[in-house]
Amino acid sequence: MVEKYRHQYGSGLEAQSYLGQNYFSVDRSLIPNFLKLLRDEEQFDYCVDITAVHYPKREKQFEVIWILYSFARNERVRVKTQIVDGESVASAVPLWATANWLEREVYDMFGIKFDGHPDLKRILLPDGWKGFPLRKDYGILQQDQEWVQINLGIESGQ
Amino acid sequence: MTAETKNATNALSNLDLETPEKPYLDSNELIINMGPQHPATHGVLRVILKLDGEKVLGTECVIGYLHRGVEKIAENRTYTMFNPYVDRMDYVAAVSNGLGYCQAVEKLLNVEAPPRANYIRVILTELNRIASHQLWLGTHALDIGAMTPLFYTFRDREEILKIFEKYCGARLTTHAFRIGGCQYETYAGFEREVKEFVAFVKPKIDEYEELLTTNRIWLERTKNVGVISAEDAIALGVTGPVLRASGVKWDIRKALPYANYSEFDFEIPIGENGDTYDRYLVRMAEMRQSLRIIEQAVERIPEGPIMAKVPKVIKPAAGEIYHSIEAPKGELGYFIVSDGSTQPYRLRVRPPSFVNLQALDIMVRGLLVADVVAVIGTLDIVLGEVDR
Amino acid sequence: MLNSLMSYLGSSVTPGEAGNQLWALIYVLIIFTGVSVAVIAMNWLERKALAHFQVRLGPMRVGPHGLLQPIADAVKLLLKEDIIPSEADKFVFWIAPLIGLLASFTVYTVVPFGPSQAVSDMNIGILFMLGVSSLGVLGIVMAGWASNSHYPLIGALRSSAQMVSYEVAMGLAVVSAILMTSLNQTGTGTLSMIGIVQAQQEQHVWFLFKFFPLGAIAFVIFAIAMVAETNRAPFDLAEAESELTAGFHTEYSGLRWSLFMLAEYAAMIAVSSIAVALWLGGWMRPFSHWLSGGAWDFVFSLFPGLTFLGLAAIAIRGTIRMPKHSLFRIQTIGLGAFAAVLSGIGLLLLGIAVGARAGDHVALARSADALNNVYWFVMKIAVFMYMFIWYRATWPRYRFDQLMSVGWKVMLPISLGVLIVTAIVGVIVG
Repeated sequence: MVEKYRHQYGSGLEAQSYLGQNYFSVDRSLIPNFLKLLRDEEQFDYCVDITAVHYPKREKQFEVIWILYSFARNERVRVKTQIVDGESVASAVPLWATANWLEREVYDMFGIKFDGHPDLKRILLPDGWKGFPLRKDYGILQQDQEWVQINLGIESGQ
Repeated sequence: MTAETKNATNALSNLDLETPEKPYLDSNELIINMGPQHPATHGVLRVILKLDGEKVLGTECVIGYLHRGVEKIAENRTYTMFNPYVDRMDYVAAVSNGLGYCQAVEKLLNVEAPPRANYIRVILTELNRIASHQLWLGTHALDIGAMTPLFYTFRDREEILKIFEKYCGARLTTHAFRIGGCQYETYAGFEREVKEFVAFVKPKIDEYEELLTTNRIWLERTKNVGVISAEDAIALGVTGPVLRASGVKWDIRKALPYANYSEFDFEIPIGENGDTYDRYLVRMAEMRQSLRIIEQAVERIPEGPIMAKVPKVIKPAAGEIYHSIEAPKGELGYFIVSDGSTQPYRLRVRPPSFVNLQALDIMVRGLLVADVVAVIGTLDIVLGEVDR
Repeated sequence: MLNSLMSYLGSSVTPGEAGNQLWALIYVLIIFTGVSVAVIAMNWLERKALAHFQVRLGPMRVGPHGLLQPIADAVKLLLKEDIIPSEADKFVFWIAPLIGLLASFTVYTVVPFGPSQAVSDMNIGILFMLGVSSLGVLGIVMAGWASNSHYPLIGALRSSAQMVSYEVAMGLAVVSAILMTSLNQTGTGTLSMIGIVQAQQEQHVWFLFKFFPLGAIAFVIFAIAMVAETNRAPFDLAEAESELTAGFHTEYSGLRWSLFMLAEYAAMIAVSSIAVALWLGGWMRPFSHWLSGGAWDFVFSLFPGLTFLGLAAIAIRGTIRMPKHSLFRIQTIGLGAFAAVLSGIGLLLLGIAVGARAGDHVALARSADALNNVYWFVMKIAVFMYMFIWYRATWPRYRFDQLMSVGWKVMLPISLGVLIVTAIVGVIVG
């Protein structure tokens, strides 16, 4: 399977394996087509999860990860792509309806935008929240301090 | 600043509604706010219903009231320190959460729990599955208006909690397992008590069924209510009993066996129509299958160590792993990224309740208000897990 | 003068007739307190019985076995802050529970506890009863509307739709019972509640068993409709707590809320008394025709006393089984005193029954008679009350549309059919 697609996509695709779990590293531009291909031709009909990881030291800071499962093949696979801060990824909602809330959560936590998402807004955090908590540079105390400063008028925020 | 803005904009925009300027009686559509303080939303779920009379035209779930940032906490705790936190997600199935987490870290460390530990884990996890299903049954029946099953199921769930308490000292958030196995050896009489429980609860499950399965009103309230087809269920990523009730015979315990589930003989009950009644039957059958697994496990439980050789300081090599188990509510997955330090670089929980809840909207459209509570009940969500 | 007063009090004229206003007033007072006490007792009984259905104990702390719990509840409700939502229509909000209460208590004016034990004997008694009891829905709709809130409004709409549709089936079932009253020599029926029971007396049959199974079907329809009419489980959609938090009384609290509760339980007793009068022979004792004669009369007249003695025996058993601990002393004494009171009442009633049999004392015989009548009527109602609790413990709640379709598509055609068949059979037989 890997050879077939490598042939098709060239250097944009890389297949790896760690502890017996397979994953593809895919170039950002190939994502929509590749996911569609996996769903339609390789029968990965169940999108288990969509998530992201933040690597602030890398040039491409974010890694977005799709975890897919195929009922027919009884096989799980991960698809990864790396993007820089501010870049967006194609939404998977047209492929898997479940991507809706999962992408909203990624947006909520990392601030990664998904193109073509029907209703991209915060899901777990309130709309007025500042910052994206799961980024590594997000200070846990900052939100609390701001609230205390505004509402209680305590300068130190503690 | 935060909560108010959320109420005002977040909630209503998706349904494309305008705040009615006229008094309610003059407007054609009624927008009512179910929750977050509502007896039937199982916690702090808020559902905004757009109604035409009693008919539901659309829903929007507002979640996050119980958000504690579990994933962020994980990044600031060591692997061992984070272990008790997972119990607080799906607090009615804490043992399952712990099993998933411990196994994910074990996989990352490349160690295997010893056989005896696996047996103990399976027994406790299956007991927990029964407890979770009992709690679901009681509250679900209460939502539909049958008061009595709640007390019957809680009476019997108590026996499971007693076993947990005797085993690890805690009843609900058990923290029963450790990375690499179990910390505690079983107490004297554990096997006997588990066997007694199995014998005790079997007729009780029949008793619940007697009250409900052929009850005319129960049938009318649950048949063809909240139907979800297998295609929709798969597209929405719905797992667990909800998926199986739609006719998809898929259970991670069979498909991708973990612990030592492959050693046991049990069946995957499935439904046909994907309605509320089928989900009820599937869960009832699952309780019986869990009892079967427990019976076999207690019979065959081997002697031996209960802890694998795990370093004192857990420092997995850099890499990432996804491991999932069949929690009572569906696929509970842990995606852990390690950078070689003692703390997870990133820990993502794939919560079954969160994903299942997304199906609420298509399940209740066109039904009545009374069905909304029935469907919320049948999805078996725990808000601690939805919001994390 | 004393004599004239005695004869006046002792008169057995049909209630409501001229010269009997005093008795009517006394009955009003007796019934008002009696029903209120019955509601309190029912409150305790429901909590206890429901608890035992559900493998728990129910109230145990306030008084022995929670006997004083209703009083504690009442005090709590009376002392609670009286909240009227700022957006509510104050006047309607205020008057709604009163209307409900008024409707359910007014019904008792025509409830026949005995041939002369009623406030009034209207010749349109049953019509009056149905009419007034359906006024209760007005209170509910007003409450739901006045609260100016979504859940109460939906609850009120549900209950008004439900009550209106079940009233039709209920009315048709009642008509088939009324038809049966006309099966006598003169061929004239009656709408008077007392007249209906007397018709059963004359025909020597409870209408439940008349033209079996026609009477029974009509009775079952009425029994179902009356549960819907009083908004009780499994038809308690109007206050379905899992859907509408508390339905039409979501915004009510304290005293006003307790008035709704009082009205609901009073209405339950009222509709049960309709069913008893129409189908279960009213005040007649069981087997009054088969087991007739003075001896049997005497045996059945012992029942009221024996019932109280039986309750006393249960209380004594409870007293004996109380834990022997100083903390439980007051409770034990209380339960013992309760048992003593119950057995005292029981012995008194037995004494009256025996005395009425032994001597020729007219007043004693008359009061024994009245006691028996009231006793049997109340016991029959008690059976219904128990059924209400039983339903609640057993069944899930119907959905709104299902409830309506049962009402219009099942109950209405059946009751209509029963009515027609009853009429035909009545013509052929009578």
